Amino acid sequence: MSTELEGRKADVVAPRIDWSYATSRESTDIVSIEKRYGLFVDGEFRAPKSRKHYESVNPATEEHLAEVAEAGPADVDAAVSYAREAYESEWGAMPGAERAKHIFRIARMVQERARELAVLETLDGGKPIRESRDVDLPQVAANFFYYAGWADKLEYAFPGLDPEPLGVAGQVIPWNFPLLMLAWKVAPALATGNTVVLKPAETTPLTALAFAELTAEAGLPPGVFNVVTGAGETGSHVVGHPDVDKVAFTGSTAVGKIIQHQLAGTDTRLSLELGGKAAHVVFEDAPLDQAIEGVVNGIFFNQGHVCCAGSRLFVQENIHDLFVDKLKARLATLRVGDPLDKNTDVGAINSREQLERITELVDAGVSEGAEMFQPACDLPSRGFWFVPTLFTGVAQSHRIAQEEIFGPVLSIMSFRTPEEAIEKANNTPYGLSAGVWTSKGSRILWMADHLKAGVVWANTYNKFDPSSPFGGYKESGFGREGGRHGLLSYLKGPR
Amino acid sequence: MSRLDVRKTYKLYIGGEFPRSESGRSFPALDSTGAVVARVARASRKDLRDAVRHARTAQAGWAGRSGYNRGQILYRIAELMEDRFETFVSQVQVADPDRRRARRQVEASIDMLVWYAGWADKFAQVYGNLNPVAGPFFNISAPEPTGVVGMVAADDSALLGLVARMAAILVPGNTVVVLASESRPMPAVTLAEVLETSDVPGGVVNILTGHTDELIPWLAEHMDVNAVDASGATSDQRRLIDEGAVHNVKRVVGGDPLTRSPYTIASFTETKTVWHPKGL
Repeated sequence: MSTELEGRKADVVAPRIDWSYATSRESTDIVSIEKRYGLFVDGEFRAPKSRKHYESVNPATEEHLAEVAEAGPADVDAAVSYAREAYESEWGAMPGAERAKHIFRIARMVQERARELAVLETLDGGKPIRESRDVDLPQVAANFFYYAGWADKLEYAFPGLDPEPLGVAGQVIPWNFPLLMLAWKVAPALATGNTVVLKPAETTPLTALAFAELTAEAGLPPGVFNVVTGAGETGSHVVGHPDVDKVAFTGSTAVGKIIQHQLAGTDTRLSLELGGKAAHVVFEDAPLDQAIEGVVNGIFFNQGHVCCAGSRLFVQENIHDLFVDKLKARLATLRVGDPLDKNTDVGAINSREQLERITELVDAGVSEGAEMFQPACDLPSRGFWFVPTLFTGVAQSHRIAQEEIFGPVLSIMSFRTPEEAIEKANNTPYGLSAGVWTSKGSRILWMADHLKAGVVWANTYNKFDPSSPFGGYKESGFGREGGRHGLLSYLKGPR
Repeated sequence: MSRLDVRKTYKLYIGGEFPRSESGRSFPALDSTGAVVARVARASRKDLRDAVRHARTAQAGWAGRSGYNRGQILYRIAELMEDRFETFVSQVQVADPDRRRARRQVEASIDMLVWYAGWADKFAQVYGNLNPVAGPFFNISAPEPTGVVGMVAADDSALLGLVARMAAILVPGNTVVVLASESRPMPAVTLAEVLETSDVPGGVVNILTGHTDELIPWLAEHMDVNAVDASGATSDQRRLIDEGAVHNVKRVVGGDPLTRSPYTIASFTETKTVWHPKGL
């Protein structure tokens, strides 16, 4: 079966063409950042009772952007009590059709201010403007639009379930898709009649604060949506608050376990969307050039700061060398640098801390015996950067095959049979997502049946839609976000 | 000297354009006292056939848009109806002068559109499903639009009946040819003007004013119409529709034109089931 493939020599070498583009920088004039932000509580910005602030920086330049409040226990207390009051007095009892119109209005206002929010997202988080503009913001608006429509149709969502909200939702979100993760959490919570206390990630609070301002402008009743900024300690106050009915967390598996432990023995409802170590499985009959693009997108999208990043690549043995050569050639054409440049493919690493973690794991990959490849690449002198990296000769036991790196690093392994691919793909504690590349439809569906992952992409990767549920098996968490199923995390009912 | 007002010409809405009837005819729209308030185009068989042709041409494109996009367009119609709120109220009042009732009807019509807008990207999630067949097969059933739908709008509702059924028909990707209320045609013409500025592609909705009894047989017998919404028809009209429908086995849908239900959407869909093997 492989005679034809054996004849296909890897004729790809490092390209001689100069791929550099003229700089095309998105203007930041559209964004105005306050010098100092308070907490958004009861529909307005207030100075924190803690009297503490911290600094948010642009990871691409290490420049100071703003001072942001660090909410202490008293601040979280106040936010939760206003959220409770708004739930009891207004939002929880509001007819679904009126709630729907509030959320539709938010969706429209996000669309109106999409570019401004995209630039702000890129400034605060370091992701390429091409992604914040073309992926994050359209998806943010779409999520609010989608869930707005559910607010007055909940009785049709689940047969026999009387759709009742839970109350106050405490939501803690990560820094990789700051506003999109906000939308994933806030839209279904509001649609089902809950009120929200949101804790954005420490390093990326600015778009959540801009969004808070937008909700006030939209006329959302005060207290329905509250933002408490801060680091892990603030998050812990939100999660452990006795008057919070529901906790939703997206972040690392390590922190997820701490939260699960913190809530053990309480009645607080919990959903967790945690880490991943997704397998990307490429069969010999796959459309190879499309698979190359899919694999590159799978791991280098958003600098690999993606919980469902396709960070393990399994290539069928007889095309392994060819595929790796093609992949190396493609890597050399990736543009790493200024996130505000519209041509940039890979932006800045979100923080110094994350850069250190990536570096540590990559060093472990080298010392454990895997072979590293990095294309020649000029990096800016300031800011946090990591060159797109491949490892070949990776063993199942290597740390880079088992631990989530959350950076632009791909570990490549091989397999011979579909059974072996399944065995290896499922061999991590995670189970968030997986990718399959083959031209055989029945094999796609067989693989999908056997992969222990909450999302399986076939001949595509990293596709998201508000109507499509997302979430993991095993230590990647529980509960689903998105789609009809995403409503269940915010409704009372038998469990 | 007082200023002379400029009156609107009430025309048909076919293929995204506003022609007068090719027949050159019009008929008077009367208020509740029997006074003539406007002359409205009276559509002919030829106008109806043109409308069906445009609806057919537009159907694949409308169905090919994402549910999200159709939902946004339906929501946009609601936005622009809100913008013309007072115009609609005054036109609803032509037949029923009670202002509060008229306001309520316009509000209900706008909210109805918002309600159906939300269904466009959810309906398949409620009405479709995976079938657990006893074998190694992936088997899924999902709704698809029926195609071109003819609609007889309720005569005794100036706006709500028209908007409610039109929205339900559009949600899954059908296109529609509407026979507007004969006794209360003016809001339908204004709605057409709203549709034309709401990102609704030309031909997706076609609105004919005229004598309903004259047009029903041509609509019911038309070989390129897949279904007829008869919820607004009288029992005599319903019989004509049922008989005409036989020619190409049209689906005839009844029900209360003023209520809303996802099952109304379902009435204008076909269930398609796809099988695919699973294996190495």
